Amino acid sequence: MNPMNVPASQRIAFVVMLAMIAVSPFVLYPVFLMKVLCFALFAAAFNLLIGFVGLLSFGHAAYFGMSSYVSAHAAKVWGFTPELAILAGTAVATLLGIAIGWIAIRRQGIYFAMITLALAQMVFFFCLQAPFTGGEDGIQAVPRGRLFGVLDLANDMALYWVVAAIFIAGFLFLYRVVHSPFGQVLKAIRENEPRAISLGYRVDDYKLIAFVISAAMTGVAGGTKAIVFQLATLTDVNWPMSGEAVLMTLVGGIGTIFGPPVGALVIIAMQNELAQLGAWVTVVQGVIFVACVLAFRKGIIGEIQAKFGKPL
Amino acid sequence: MDTIFGIPAVALYGQLMLGLINGSFYALLSLGLAVIFGMMNVINFTHGAQFMMGAFVAWMLLNWIGLGYWWALILAPLIVGATGVLIERLMIQRLYKLDHLYGLLLTFGLALIIEGLFRNYFGSSGLPYRIPAELQGAMDLGFMFLPNYRAWVIVASIVVCFATWYVIERTKLGAYLRAATERPLLVQAFGVNVPRMITLTYGFGVALAAFAGVLAAPIYSVNPNMGSQLIIVVFAVVVIGGMGSIAGSVLTGFGLGIVEGLTRVFYPEGSATVIFVIMAIVLLVRPAGLFGRA
Repeated sequence: MNPMNVPASQRIAFVVMLAMIAVSPFVLYPVFLMKVLCFALFAAAFNLLIGFVGLLSFGHAAYFGMSSYVSAHAAKVWGFTPELAILAGTAVATLLGIAIGWIAIRRQGIYFAMITLALAQMVFFFCLQAPFTGGEDGIQAVPRGRLFGVLDLANDMALYWVVAAIFIAGFLFLYRVVHSPFGQVLKAIRENEPRAISLGYRVDDYKLIAFVISAAMTGVAGGTKAIVFQLATLTDVNWPMSGEAVLMTLVGGIGTIFGPPVGALVIIAMQNELAQLGAWVTVVQGVIFVACVLAFRKGIIGEIQAKFGKPL
Repeated sequence: MDTIFGIPAVALYGQLMLGLINGSFYALLSLGLAVIFGMMNVINFTHGAQFMMGAFVAWMLLNWIGLGYWWALILAPLIVGATGVLIERLMIQRLYKLDHLYGLLLTFGLALIIEGLFRNYFGSSGLPYRIPAELQGAMDLGFMFLPNYRAWVIVASIVVCFATWYVIERTKLGAYLRAATERPLLVQAFGVNVPRMITLTYGFGVALAAFAGVLAAPIYSVNPNMGSQLIIVVFAVVVIGGMGSIAGSVLTGFGLGIVEGLTRVFYPEGSATVIFVIMAIVLLVRPAGLFGRA
């Protein structure tokens, strides 16, 4: 894709985002920023389905958590280097996405959401019972290791640049998918599925491929998270995690390019600020959900986009 | 002692009984979801939280006001149903013209709020609720002991499910409801207040969840998380049954409870996931669900 074909508004927003990624570790705590970047990629991957195919998955915790476990296990038990550990997690998330997507795309709308939620819960119970996940303890003290066996990632700043590179690569990949001819067909399915079928597109194939891409990118985010926090737990794979991806995307703006990262930043910052309040975090998240659905359906970036009439 | 397929008969009957108990809750909850969905096309994600509220209201009535189980069985559904009416009036009503997914997101947010609030005030450890004096003890059926309370839960669930089915499928009120589901504008033109009917339907579905919550209070400990795991299983039950038919969702609920109980006997590790596995198989073979209309 020729960069000159990208709308000016998106080029400017991208440069602003790069600048923020470059400057922020000198101002803010790098581990917090790495968490934001992991969840930004998670939300962007989730947004591929809800925003561009119109499928609401309520089970993305399955790919996030499973990849987190596999990456942690690969790095700790098998001694994989971090990039291979993340790849291993991503591969498993991709396979899981193929299996779950193949079943779930048989239904649409509300049923799709319930099916993905139920199948993800099945993955949760698997992780609860499987010996390698460490049950309630999870996998702790995962070594960050050396990137390609060379670069020591124990240093937060070194790891930050790696995570930033992973995020940017994933973000650009998703952007490319959305703006490819394939992405155009996805949008056609979102807008009018019967018409897309009558035009001869194999809608189910397109949906499944989009589903698997989304699961795979979620896997990248989950695996990276496991390396950053040196930890994989049941929280990563349980249903509230799926809800968080939904919430971040909703807050940032469903179907926008820059919305999910912004939503991730807002929600993670909120969680950080309110961390000492315990269960109130859940209440606040619920309130944000309700408020967004009732009065702020376009989300932050969606509102800005509507105000200026430029795609973001 | 007798054995069936190498399993002691007592253990088998015991798990079948547990399965029927779980099935009673699946049936009541999926019935409420189906009633709400049929009328409003909204999947009520708050259903689990409202089930939990029913149990907590029963606990509060007993410990704060001194009203016992039988009062709770009537009052808790009314109180929680009234909160449902408020929720429908103030929030869900604004979303009918939008994509149905927004209803799901809204009720998910409400579930987070309700569960978070209860967790703040009551903690996550769970509160005990005693079995009412009239239902303590057990009956000797010859082949097993049946605790009276468990028998009561099964009977109460069947009676309420049957009554709901009867009202919706066999009475004039039910005919109005079904007509309003198919053609709301036409029914409104005949002078029926459809928006009020929708509000009351939601309140009724929520009341069913609260009723199930009161039934569950003496069996499970009353705790803020009791609804959220259950509701995901109930979603799977609803997908398996298909939401087209009231009787179908009740039958599916009981049937899957029994299947789950049997799984616990023959392959305990699979009991937590068997319903999800069945859901996947049903989707592959009959995507509309067992009783659903394609």
